[in-house]
Amino acid sequence: MSAAIERTDVLVIGSGFGGAIAAYHLAAGGAKVTVLERGPWLESKDFEHDYKLGSSYTRIFDFVVGDGMSVLGGNCVGGGSVVYFAAMPRAPRFVFDRRGSIGRRMWPGSISRDTLDPWYDRVEESLSVSRQGWSDASYAGGLWAAACHRAGRTANPLAAAIDNAKCVNCNFMMAGCRFEAKQSLTANYLPAAVAHGAEIRPLHEVQYLTRTAEGGYRVHYTIVHDEDYRLQNGSGVIEAKIVVMAAGAGATPVILQRSEAHLGRMPHAVGRYFSGNGERLNTAVLNEDKVAELLGLSRGEGLPPYGANAIGKGPTVASWDRLDGSLPEYSRYSLEQLYFPPGLGTILAQAPDATGPTWFGREKKEILRNWKSWLTIFSMTEDDNEGVFGPPPATGNAHRISQQMLGRGNLTYRPTENTWRGWRQSDADVKEILEKDGLAKVMPWTNDLVGAYTVHPLASCRMGDDPHTSALDDRNELRGHPGIFVTDGSAVPCALTVNPAMTIAAIAERAIPGIVASARLRGVAVTYGAPAPNGRTGGRKGVLPLLRREQPARA
Amino acid sequence: MQREEAAARTRDAADDASLTLEAYADTIVPGEKRWPGDRAVAGAAPGGGAVAAGALELLRWDATGISDGLDDLARRVNEHARAYAEEVGLELDPEVPPFVALEFEDRTELVARLTRPGHPEKEFWVLLSLFCTMAFDSAAHLHTADALRDGHPGLAAMGITRPDADGLWRFQNFGYGRELARLHPSTTPSGSPA
Repeated sequence: MSAAIERTDVLVIGSGFGGAIAAYHLAAGGAKVTVLERGPWLESKDFEHDYKLGSSYTRIFDFVVGDGMSVLGGNCVGGGSVVYFAAMPRAPRFVFDRRGSIGRRMWPGSISRDTLDPWYDRVEESLSVSRQGWSDASYAGGLWAAACHRAGRTANPLAAAIDNAKCVNCNFMMAGCRFEAKQSLTANYLPAAVAHGAEIRPLHEVQYLTRTAEGGYRVHYTIVHDEDYRLQNGSGVIEAKIVVMAAGAGATPVILQRSEAHLGRMPHAVGRYFSGNGERLNTAVLNEDKVAELLGLSRGEGLPPYGANAIGKGPTVASWDRLDGSLPEYSRYSLEQLYFPPGLGTILAQAPDATGPTWFGREKKEILRNWKSWLTIFSMTEDDNEGVFGPPPATGNAHRISQQMLGRGNLTYRPTENTWRGWRQSDADVKEILEKDGLAKVMPWTNDLVGAYTVHPLASCRMGDDPHTSALDDRNELRGHPGIFVTDGSAVPCALTVNPAMTIAAIAERAIPGIVASARLRGVAVTYGAPAPNGRTGGRKGVLPLLRREQPARA
Repeated sequence: MQREEAAARTRDAADDASLTLEAYADTIVPGEKRWPGDRAVAGAAPGGGAVAAGALELLRWDATGISDGLDDLARRVNEHARAYAEEVGLELDPEVPPFVALEFEDRTELVARLTRPGHPEKEFWVLLSLFCTMAFDSAAHLHTADALRDGHPGLAAMGITRPDADGLWRFQNFGYGRELARLHPSTTPSGSPA
């Protein structure tokens, strides 16, 4: 006799922004919610300051090398929010009118900056996003601001989900915040979801979905070894009336591809139109004497005026001068100061003016000796959604190479001339600002080794109005597969020219009433209307009026 | 004394594959010779390089996922070195593996060729190069605080500071603390682009 099949009302795959927000609202509304997360569940005390393989620095990351594009994402309960830098700007207005490779508006007609703003407000309230002041900017951010100013540009401290009173500027943010200063989802939506009965199961990696006779879904998972992710510790299934897919833009389409044999044909856009958010990195090696002379900066007696690459908290200042909606598409971008820790990309920094190889060898070693005087500038440009996922690997989203973090995936990315134009233009801009009068020497990261590099994968299962070029309708439901919703970065149609966490979260918030309505149609006793996880209701007051016509059954 | 012992140990243990991998690591992040007559380390740069930083220890650790294939990689790079020497007309010292016998500039040229886009084995060599770099830039085989205490050459060269007594980093002074640029005119009250 076989054991009874396990059942839940709503099965959420992934616990990052898309998954955590859905889990909270549905659990708070009364549904039985189960979250399957492939990564481990670490507490604050588990977040280490350590670059050793196997520390939290590698346990909570997933670095997948593809053909022409490599993706760095989160792999833990809380997903990207645990490893991100908490920069939370809203996307500029023009982004929602982007046309990209399809030649017509990519976003659903129902979404614009105006219609999304109330949902952005909800996220701001839930994550305590605040406008940062100049006193919150790191040395690196301040340096970038001063250089921009000297070049006749503007620069802004970034809106962020950071409690500055708790931040010690350790610069280990990417290994998880030990001090609970970063407002990861493990500090708000996820504990609130658990308080309402949601069950979170770490180290559960979903492989594929099948359909039940009742019109629901059976979710097939394997259990991953807690230290060596190459090993598996068994498998299982769970049935649900509603599935919310939020495994991230590097994994959601792979699970759907693998499910196609069971569920039937997937929309054409599943696993296509992937965007790396147009990202590009430049490394500047500063001339400390010039920093003092040209920018008038000082860190105090006996210290170099900058020499502070290791001190800070990720990006704190960005220049938005090119976020001008009147400029043509592919020529708009933001330039943001960023911190990239050792081990995760140092190899890709190139030695300026090298006579030999630029990424290894004698001259590269020489610039490593100046590592403290590096300033990394992150360009977020408008790419052409060129990424396509090939056939899925045997399990997961990649063939795992190392015990943690490193894998080989099936994403192919061939940047078009449009994308290259944006990259080249932003590279030239960074060079103009930072090489002025010999302030620094600047080179972009090389694409020759692991292709382009993104920390913000998007659009691999995107929403839209056109069924031929979008996998989801404007309520995040997978076309042709009712009851499957996608709420992570893969739903966002295109590059955003700014950090995308805020927009991913706002789109997820916006999707929830539709998911609740769908669950109710399937007999789940669930209502919409939970406050922010911290109990605040201002954001809810802003969105409820928008739903009145659509949600007659709302309690 | 300690250094000589370490050198002797390395010489004893140095099979051809290890010598070859050391020479590869030294090409990625070069360093100074460990002893006169050191063949694997070419001595192309001052201070310790990837080898002194522990590249072999990291590569041999099964956590990397490449430890099983190292002997094969060493064999392959030696085959490439032999072909390269033939192509450019070099005579190789038969006392050491072919890649080790190459001068630093030739090792560099060969690694550049192997890692160039389009080379059929590029992925292997990039992966090997990645871990050689990580041994130097992050001591990925060691606890960071321990590596710093013991004078890890890569972390020291990069100027990474020691943590507080509890093993955690904190920086009381972290910024210039003053306005350094004009804000973009289209900034919303909550700090976003309009």
